[in-house]
Amino acid sequence: MKKTLITAVAALMAAAPAMAELTFTSLSYRTGPYAAGGIPFADGYADYFTLLNERDGGINGVPTRMIECETGYNTEKGVECYESTKGEGALVYQPLSTGITYQLIPKTTADDIPMHTMGYGRTSAANGDVFSHTFNYPANYWNGASGAVNYLLEINGGDIKGKKIALVYHNSAYGKEPIRTLEELQKKHGFELSLLPVDHPGQEQKSQWLQIRRERPDYVVMYGWGVMNQVAIQEAANIRFPMENFIGIWWSGAEHDVIPSGAKSDGYKALTFHNVGRDFPVFDDMQKYVVDAGKAAGAGDQVGNVLYNRGMYAAMLAAEAAKTAMEIHGTKDITPGMMRDGMENLEITEEKMAALGMPNFGPSFKVSCANHGGPGLIGVTQWDADTQTWSLISDFKPTDTEVIGGLIEGDSASYASENNIEAQCK
Amino acid sequence: MFYREAGDYKTSYSADNQTFPIRFDRYRYYVVLFVSFLVIPFIINDYWASAIFLPFLIYAIAAIGLNILVGYCGQVSLGTGGFMAVGAYACYKLMTAFPEVNIFFHVLLAGGVTAIVCVLFGLPSLRIKGFYLAVATLAAQFFLVWLFNRVPWFYNYSASGQINAPERTVFGIEVTGPNTEAWAVYLFCLVFLVGSAIIARNLTRGMTGRKWMAIRDMDIAAEIIGVNPLTAKLSAFAVSGFFIGISGALFFSVYLGAVEVGEAFGINKSFLVLFMIIIGGLGSIFGSFAGAAFLVLLPVFLKNVLVGSLGWPTDTAAHFEFLIVGALIIVFLIAEPHGLAQLWRVAKEKLRLWPFPH
Repeated sequence: MKKTLITAVAALMAAAPAMAELTFTSLSYRTGPYAAGGIPFADGYADYFTLLNERDGGINGVPTRMIECETGYNTEKGVECYESTKGEGALVYQPLSTGITYQLIPKTTADDIPMHTMGYGRTSAANGDVFSHTFNYPANYWNGASGAVNYLLEINGGDIKGKKIALVYHNSAYGKEPIRTLEELQKKHGFELSLLPVDHPGQEQKSQWLQIRRERPDYVVMYGWGVMNQVAIQEAANIRFPMENFIGIWWSGAEHDVIPSGAKSDGYKALTFHNVGRDFPVFDDMQKYVVDAGKAAGAGDQVGNVLYNRGMYAAMLAAEAAKTAMEIHGTKDITPGMMRDGMENLEITEEKMAALGMPNFGPSFKVSCANHGGPGLIGVTQWDADTQTWSLISDFKPTDTEVIGGLIEGDSASYASENNIEAQCK
Repeated sequence: MFYREAGDYKTSYSADNQTFPIRFDRYRYYVVLFVSFLVIPFIINDYWASAIFLPFLIYAIAAIGLNILVGYCGQVSLGTGGFMAVGAYACYKLMTAFPEVNIFFHVLLAGGVTAIVCVLFGLPSLRIKGFYLAVATLAAQFFLVWLFNRVPWFYNYSASGQINAPERTVFGIEVTGPNTEAWAVYLFCLVFLVGSAIIARNLTRGMTGRKWMAIRDMDIAAEIIGVNPLTAKLSAFAVSGFFIGISGALFFSVYLGAVEVGEAFGINKSFLVLFMIIIGGLGSIFGSFAGAAFLVLLPVFLKNVLVGSLGWPTDTAAHFEFLIVGALIIVFLIAEPHGLAQLWRVAKEKLRLWPFPH
């Protein structure tokens, strides 16, 4: 019995490579204090690959395989997940956690596997010259900070001198990222910045909001994640802080963040780098091939949510990069190393997105060896509590690349000198 | 039959007092050492090293450290996470300040720094004990995490507050950074674990350990028979801090490579290590190993069975993991309140009589 089992397993293992597959991993978190954000993202990411398999038979005819591994937003479990999936031929990693990203940057580089940290992770990874295997297109945290300031400039007629802006942030690598950018912008535009850290997981924010009530800042910018967002919005409502002056980063602007506060959260704003809502042709296919067929990931109730869209967008970019890699290398059986080349030469155009059923879903951009960060176009969305929808109120606009570029240069240079990295682009 | 004292003649005092007085035990110990030093390094791969052996070895060092303080000296501590953070940040500062020095010494020095910090936070133990001391050490936990988050000097003014382990070598072989070999990091941690265990074992069966245990069992009586509570308690804090610091340094530099203090060294870490020694067995070196193995290996094992073999959705599996581990902890503690070490002791007693119990 045992012997037949062993031979069966051996036969399976021997037979497996004959069937070419593209392996994608999802280091997701469906448990813990950050699950509210982790679930829709993971669902969107998985559903898009299911859609490709069901509708098109995969990417250029090669079926995809999804391995999911639960990290719980915990770095130790992240390591375990990375090590257990990298042997399976994972083409690209998207850990959806800044802490895990920091850990994986050197590891993925050493193992020649690309990592895509879309709108999170280490911002200076936008400098592809130093970070050869890390990509954070189409926008990063510093674009976000600058986008928020630009938006404030826009609604204040170009002058925010003397205005008080408070930054409420998750006291971790993620939340601290925008501080330097905001400090630089503070010098440039003359606003007053105050910093209010919130410790993990962020259920307790009474003192921070008391301080806001005392100092009465004109605007509050928030870099929060998980349960912290809901609490902050509730606290803001409690001190009757005007919601339209409260702007969250894209990780603080999903349905589950605002719904708990009910009508009081009406008017809350959040930045975004991709479009919101279900008004795209791709969702018809998603409904037909995935949801109605009962193949949706998770409970299947997240379709069209902000973070679901983001997961789907991440999957779309990964699939397009895989196509690019197939073109460059002329093979359908791509390796993680080839996938990296595909990501570095990725070009997203309006036509491409329209053909995929996602017209105007995100910016058109082109990745290059030196620029892994994309164009950094930032839009603003606003929550309408009556209709329970997010809508784009300010279109995708460029950010202060002069300030951000300088900061990226400085931070990546220090990383390069710490780790003896030579420039990879000629 | 094989496991018995009979026929194993001891002719000297030291032979009589050795750690493994029974021949079978002694050989088993040599076999374990042989396998761990000379067999595993040849067959280990990245997954086994990073997901299983490294966390086990490192948590075992931390558990030994905490066991000296809680299990042997009876001073309840909830500051383990904070003290591990001290080890990690000390190691980071030393690694970046003196890049040419062998990382081995950095780890030892990090242990030394932690010992000093641990003694400082152990000072309240001279006046308070029990739950009150636990609260005082809890303050250490929160203060240290706050400190490393707050003062940029500790993380070399990096933008994100993360610390990253640069590449460092031992005898020209890389043990930190991304390009390490699985066997190298495994052996590096194993050497520290074996060293810690041997030191801890010999400390606890000598005069120092007897003083600790006297303080644990009844501090007033201990004082009357001539044990100085000041030196006994503070030496326990120092030794415990030394081991915990080493484990924190290894945890950061070898195992994770990049650390964020609030996430990696939060209060959860303190509880985890405390649970390890409670489940493993208070006042037992073997218990530290058993507890670390139980809490590190079981979740990984369950995850591999539930997700890998049974194909469950990852979230259901993660929830069941909590459920099963929690239930097993309760079952073990009801069946044997003195932990896995006591189970092991009972098993050995039974083995002595086997197969003729009468």
